[in-house]
Formats: sequence, C-alpha cells, structure tokens
Amino acid sequence: MSHLDALESQSIYILREAYNRLKPLGMLWSLGKDSNVMLWLARKAFLGHVPFAAIHVDTGKKFPEMYEFRERFSKEWNLNLIVRDCPPVDSVDPSLPPAARSAARKTEGLKRVMNEFGFKGIIAGIRRDEQATRAKERVFSPRADNGAWNFRDQPPEFWDHFKSDLPEGAHLRVHPLLAWTELDIWRYIERENIPVVSLYYTKNGKRYRSLGDQDITSPVESNASTIAEIIQELETTKTSERAGRAMDHEREDAFERLRASGYM
Amino acid sequence: MTQTTSTAAAIAEEELASNPAANTNDDKARFPFAIVGHVDHGKSTLIGRLLHDTGSLPEGKLAELKAASDKRGGVLEWSFLLDAFQAERDQGITIDTTQIFFSTAKRRYVIIDAPGHKEFLKNAISGVAQAQAAFLVIDAAEGVREQSRRHALILHILGLRQVAVLINKIDLIDHDADRYAAVAAEIRHYLGQLGVTPLALVPISARNGDNIASRSEKTPWYDGPTVVDVLDNFVPALAPVDQHLRLPVQDVFKFDHRRIVAGRIESGRLRVGDQLVFSPSGKQAKIASLESWSAAPQIAAGAGQSIALTLDDELFIQRGDIATHVEHQPHLAHQATVRLFWLDTAPLLAGDRLKLKVATSEYPVFVERIHAVIDVGNLAATQSDRIDQNAVAEVTLRSPALMALDKFDEFAKTGRGVLLRDGDIVGGAIVLHAGAVDQSRHLYSPTQSIGSADRASANGHRGAVLWLTGLSGSGKSTLAVSAEHRLFQRGRQVVVLDGDTLRQGLNSDLGFSPEARAENIRRTAEVAKLLAETGLIVFVSLISPWQADREKARRIVGENFAEIYVQADIETCKSRDPKGLYKKALQGEIKNFTGIDQPYEAPEKPDLTIDTTALTEEQALQHLLDLVDGLSALNGYEGRKPTDSYTI
Ligand SMILES: Nc1nc2c(ncn2[C@@H]2O[C@H](COP(=O)(O)OP(=O)(O)OP(=O)(O)O)[C@@H](O)[C@H]2O)c(=O)[nH]1
Ligand SMILES: [Mg+2]
Repeated sequence: MSHLDALESQSIYILREAYNRLKPLGMLWSLGKDSNVMLWLARKAFLGHVPFAAIHVDTGKKFPEMYEFRERFSKEWNLNLIVRDCPPVDSVDPSLPPAARSAARKTEGLKRVMNEFGFKGIIAGIRRDEQATRAKERVFSPRADNGAWNFRDQPPEFWDHFKSDLPEGAHLRVHPLLAWTELDIWRYIERENIPVVSLYYTKNGKRYRSLGDQDITSPVESNASTIAEIIQELETTKTSERAGRAMDHEREDAFERLRASGYM
Repeated sequence: MTQTTSTAAAIAEEELASNPAANTNDDKARFPFAIVGHVDHGKSTLIGRLLHDTGSLPEGKLAELKAASDKRGGVLEWSFLLDAFQAERDQGITIDTTQIFFSTAKRRYVIIDAPGHKEFLKNAISGVAQAQAAFLVIDAAEGVREQSRRHALILHILGLRQVAVLINKIDLIDHDADRYAAVAAEIRHYLGQLGVTPLALVPISARNGDNIASRSEKTPWYDGPTVVDVLDNFVPALAPVDQHLRLPVQDVFKFDHRRIVAGRIESGRLRVGDQLVFSPSGKQAKIASLESWSAAPQIAAGAGQSIALTLDDELFIQRGDIATHVEHQPHLAHQATVRLFWLDTAPLLAGDRLKLKVATSEYPVFVERIHAVIDVGNLAATQSDRIDQNAVAEVTLRSPALMALDKFDEFAKTGRGVLLRDGDIVGGAIVLHAGAVDQSRHLYSPTQSIGSADRASANGHRGAVLWLTGLSGSGKSTLAVSAEHRLFQRGRQVVVLDGDTLRQGLNSDLGFSPEARAENIRRTAEVAKLLAETGLIVFVSLISPWQADREKARRIVGENFAEIYVQADIETCKSRDPKGLYKKALQGEIKNFTGIDQPYEAPEKPDLTIDTTALTEEQALQHLLDLVDGLSALNGYEGRKPTDSYTI
C-alpha cells in the first residue's frame, strides 16, 4: 500500500463513519483544491455517489474562475448543491482585525446554513499542516449550538473511535483531510486527475497557493504551470501555504479567535 | 544498536498503528512518533528545537516565535511552535496534543506532541495512540515523576514497544555524568518492570540543542546516538496482511439497487470467491465482487484498505458484524476480561453500565468485577472497588449481547476498544481474555422461557424487594425516591411502589380497617414479586403497621426481600406532617390513622433500621444503598480469578 493509498483509505473510513453516524450531513465545498479532493474521496467512499449536500458558503468575493468551476462541476458530478450568501461585514465582530473580520463573514454564513438545514455533521477540508490551531483538531470535532469550538476541552479520540453523540442543536465538524499535507493533496490530484481551478497555475509570474476571498488573498511568485511543476516547487519551498492569507498575520490570536467562534 | 533494532522490528511487524501514513513502505510514508513525559520536562521545547536544528521551520516562523516569546518577556520558547493556543503560551503548558511534519536526511516523520499535565491525559492518549514509537522525556534535575511513570505504562497498554528515553535539561545539572546516570538507572528499572528495554537513553538539552541533531561537546562522557540517530533507527510497522482476516462491517449501502457491504480490512486479506462468516450471527456467504469507483477493478484486497463488496447471498448484514474466513473466527463471549485506562472524572464502580465499542460494534456491558487497580508508582496490583480518573485497572465486563472479540495480543485492532458512557468516550480497553458464553442466551429455544437468572445477567443485578415500613412522615417515600434516582443513574433497573399511589389505582377499593390493610399489603407484595422477578429493584413504601402482614409479604416475595424499618418517633412525625394528615387525624377528620387511633407494631427483626431523626438524608440513603448492593449483587457467575500480581 502506498502512502497516498493509505491516506485515501483513512479518509474514506472517516467519510463512511460520518455518513453512518451523522444525519443530516453536509460537506463544505469552497471550490479550492482541498475540497475538490474531499469530494473526490467521497465519490470513492460511496462508489461514485455523493450522498449528502455540497455546501458553498458564498462570500460573493470569490474569483470569477471559481464561480465558473462551481457551475460546471456541480452538474458534472451530480451534486446536491446548496449555495448561501454571507451577511455584510458590518454584522461581524468589530473587535477583529480587518482581514479576519472579513473572513469571519463566512462563519456567519455557515451559521445561517446550520440554522436553515439543521446539519448534525459538517465535513470540512482543513489540514493539520496549514495552521497550528488546526494541527490540534480532532477528526470529529464537536461544536456547540452557536458553532463555538471548545478547544480547551476536546473529547478523547483514539483508535479511530470518534465521538458522534451530541446534545440537541450541537454539531460535529468532520475533518477527513487532517493527516494530509499540501504536497499530498497535489500528488493525489495528479494521480487521480482531479480538476482544479486555473488560478493555481501561473499567470504573469504569479499563482495562488491558497484561495480565499479576492480582497484578502494574494498570489505568490511562481512559474508553475502544471501540477508536476507545482509539486516540484512545493518540495523545495520554505514559505508556508497560508503566507498569502492576510488574516493569519494580523495578530497572534486572530486565527484562534476566528476558529473558536466557528470558523473552519 | 543492531540487536535492539531487530527486536523492535519483530515487534513492530506485529502491531499496526492507526496512523494511515504508517502502514506504508514507499518513500513518501511518514513515520509517526510521540513525545511523552511529565509536565514541563521539555517535550514541546524538544520538538521546536528538533525542527529548527534540522532546518525544517518555514520562513518567518522563528521571527514569529521570537515575537511571541518577547511579548511574554521570556527567553525564546521553542514550545510556542506547537503550543499554539493563547492559553498554552500564557501558562507555559501544553493543553492539547498536536502533530507536525518534518524530515531528516533519512525519511519523513509525523511528530506527535503530548501534554504532560495529569489533567490532560485524555489528550495525550488521543495523540500517542497514533504513534509507532515514543520518546519519554525526563527532566534531569527533577528525575522520574508520576506522569513519567504513567505515560510509560500507557505506552505499554497501547502496545507501543519502541521506546527511547531522553534525559533533558542536562544544562541544569551542569552536564554531570553521575547525576545523569542516577536518573537513567531509575527509569531503566521502571521500564524493566514493564518488560520494556529502551532502545537508547540520551542526555540532551532541548533548549540549547545538545545531542539533538549533533553530538554535544558539553557531554564528552556520552558516546551514544543523538536524538536524530535514534529516530532514524525506529522501525516502521507493516500492515498485518499476513494475519487472519478481520473485516468489521462499517455500513451496508443500498446504492444502485444493490446491497454493498463497506468496511476496512483490519488484518489479513480476502479475494473474490472467498467464503465469509459474519460474527456473531454466524451467517455465511461468498464474496461476489469487490466494488470501487475510478480505480482499476480488483479481485483481492488486504489490511489497511477501505473496501466495498457484494455477496452471493442477500444476507441481513449490519454495521458491527465482523467478517472473517470460516476457519479463523473471533471468540464469541458474553464476558471479557480487559485491561483498561479510565478517563472520566466520575469513577468507574462495579456494576456500572457502559458500552464497549470494538471496531464498529457496540455492546452494552456492565462491570462484573474489578480485579485490580494498578499502582502507577510500583506497578503493584491493589484491590479496590472503584477506578478513578487516569487509573489503569483490570476488570471483567459482561454483556447481555454475544460479543465477537479477539485478544489484543493476537489481533491488535479487533482486540481493543473504547468504553462509552452517555455517548462520551470515557476509557480504552484491551482484551486479555474473552470469557464464557451464557448457553441459555446463546442457544435460542422457542419453548424455553426467559428465567430470572437470564434477566439478572442481562441487567447486571438481581431483582429485589426493599420493603420500607414506618409511620406516616417517617421518611419512607423520600428515601425510596432518592434511592431510585441514585440507582437509576448507576444504570440499575429500579421502581418505587408507593402506598399512596397504589391506593389511587390498584387498591382504590380498599379502606383502612385491619382487613383492608392486610389485603392492601397482599396485593402490593404480589405486584412487587412480579416486578422483582422481571429483574427490577423494587422499593415498597408503605406504612404496613402490622408485623403479621409484613411477614406475609416476605412469604409472598420469597428470597431477595428485605424489611427496612424507617424509624422516627411519633412526635417528630407529627411535627413534620408533610401531608397535613396528622392534623386531620387529630381533629378526627381521618379515622384509623396509624399512630393516632391505630397502633404501629415496630419490626422485631428488621434487615435494616434507619433512624431518620439521627441520620442525615445522605447517611440514611447510604445505609439503604449498601443493603441494596448486597441484595441485588450477582454472584455465582464465573469470572477470571482476581489477579494479584500485575504480570506484563
Ligand atoms: N534549562 C532548560 N530548560 C528547558 C530545557 N528544555 C525545556 N526547558 C524549559 O522547560 C519549560 C517547559 O518546557 P516545555 O517544552 O513547555 O515542557 P513540556 O514537557 O512540553 O510541558 P507540557 O507539554 O506542559 O507537559 C520551558 O520553560 C522550557 O524553556 C532545557 O534543556 N534546559
Ligand atoms: Mg508541551
């Protein structure tokens, strides 16, 4: 069994656990590389089907390429797509620094989706190697009814036994990609031939490594125009993936606060 | 070094850590290892330093750590690399486990940091359970401490055999060889008792980087490996494809009008055409096909793979069934002796009900017997009737359901499980022994009715009748209801038959003459007997003033009857008068009122007297519950003999 096979198998196991234990279940589809891999893994787990909703919490600030991608592949992959807008920025905690505040709109948007559909499980494509508080996540991570993450008291989780019983109103975030790295994601995309938005490839000497909102994400210097070149670039780089995300650098605790209140 | 490594290799092949990256042998595989040890002994610091010294930190990270350290006015804290929460940085303590990737010149790794504080053992285990090897970090100045020992013991229970010891903060003991040797000897001895020979012991300074990536000049007396050397010599486990097949059913899909059985192969291999047996039901069928999407068609699969298959026969298979080949099935048992670690703040007591979840199966169980609690200090087995948070113990669990189990030393993945209480994971257990099968339950016979012994074994206790007699206002009902609550919380089947309530229904045709009272008691006793025979613990709360009537009740119920005299003098009862009845009786509004115009015969030989004027409510309750425990306890069930020594 290769490294990628092992990661794939573990993610399939997690997705099947979520599908068996948590109803109703939804998957966040941000249109980025990770969530495309996640959808792909779901189709592997459920033999070509995606037996739950794919949710796009739309900030309205995505790149036009991403909206085109959404229209095309939601049809091609036969997704049960839910798109919901986020509230305006002035409805978000004003004590957050500007970029984090803008990102927090997504948390609010997600809360609205939760209220509307009452999901018990939300599958999200975060990875440990992205950010230090994400590195401390559980695979099945409980969220209170207001979406808050009680990171000071996470439930024990070992031997692939996940906590799946929750009080009314609370939900579980399910993280099938926690053990993957950015490189694993690209190698898997290459191996499986998974479509991704063109923004990841170079254009005028720059490309996006991570796709957030247009106003708070910046591209990195790169000439990589194929997946193989992206992989090659990542094998030697020493900059972190989220270097282009403004909100990660505003204040030491900005990301923790965002995540504690329900951000992915 | 070669010799220890090859032993480790042999052991490593037997076990398979749950980390997916582990089961692989390509050059992209990442070897997961954990750092454990007592709080503040320098685990997180070591990891930060290791990443820095091997050039694995991303750009700008060091500056970020410096800023975070300066802000808190201290020296550079390498631990901040992992201790990402503000609360962790402010208090200088790791709260939750974390994972970070890095590589040496030889290979890739996942480092698992574990908190050392006792309060966060559940978090430490959540991380360490995914490792294939561990470094036990010990502060050279403080020496071996309680959590150093506890973590070592937990490593052992988790089945982790590749362990190396790092004696840290060697700068604090002036790089002194003798003081190092003393700490080394102490931990060597402790690990020796667990049967663990550390692969290496290394004197280090995590903060200063001594003996981490390169040999330090400050310890000229040490000529062993560096941390990186030890790391590169750990041996990765291979997926247990050569063991017998274990495929726990995770789900049954009904996509595309077919029934598709989904699950992960935990050990062994299978191929299309194999005859499978599903335990515990014993149903059999052949594999008709292996199903997949966007992958080359398969005819065989092995350990570690998440698969989907169809059968040649439409059996009723469900999640929790475990598929194996016919010749090598798991044990079927109603009873299992396990070694467990307990993580809940509320202790585990004999008789408590839990769920045991093994792979995808969940079984209701109760604690039949606590054999021993392990003293973490000296590993001695001690007798105890409770298992406190973070303790390690050996117990026998019994289930009304037939469980399909393996022994941990034969099949790691299906020989271990978690304990659940109210949906929370409260402990982990490894199966030492899969015990007896209750024949009566195993063999279904339509002509044979279910007896009270069957019910008792299903409930985890016997039925019983606790007959509470005493004056009106003596406290019978209060006691009965609090006992009912307490026992219900402990998972007992329990009910209260209250005189007042019965008189509104079953006995509504009866008055208060001596004859009517006798009939009242006869009926109540018959009902209590029926309920006790169906397995309930029954509290009867009835004045029952006559000795002769109470004796009749005892005869009706038979065994498991206890007469409890709830005692309070008439003056106290009058003054309590919760229902205002004494007042009415004294004014002549009620006739035949016990204690006023009818006598109360106090029991001559009650099984228990509870004086509610002398005891607090809680004390009274404890007396009653002690009696209940004795009366309803199961006995005559064979369990494993108590272990008096903890043999590893
Ligand atoms: N003098 C000295 N101090 C050290 C050394 N290693 C770590 N420390 C200090 O010891 C303290 C505790 O270090 P941590 O790395 O947070 O300890 P830990 O074992 O991770 O603690 P928990 O995770 O909370 O159990 C910090 O202040 C470190 O700077 C060392 O080699 N020498
Ligand atoms: Mg720490």
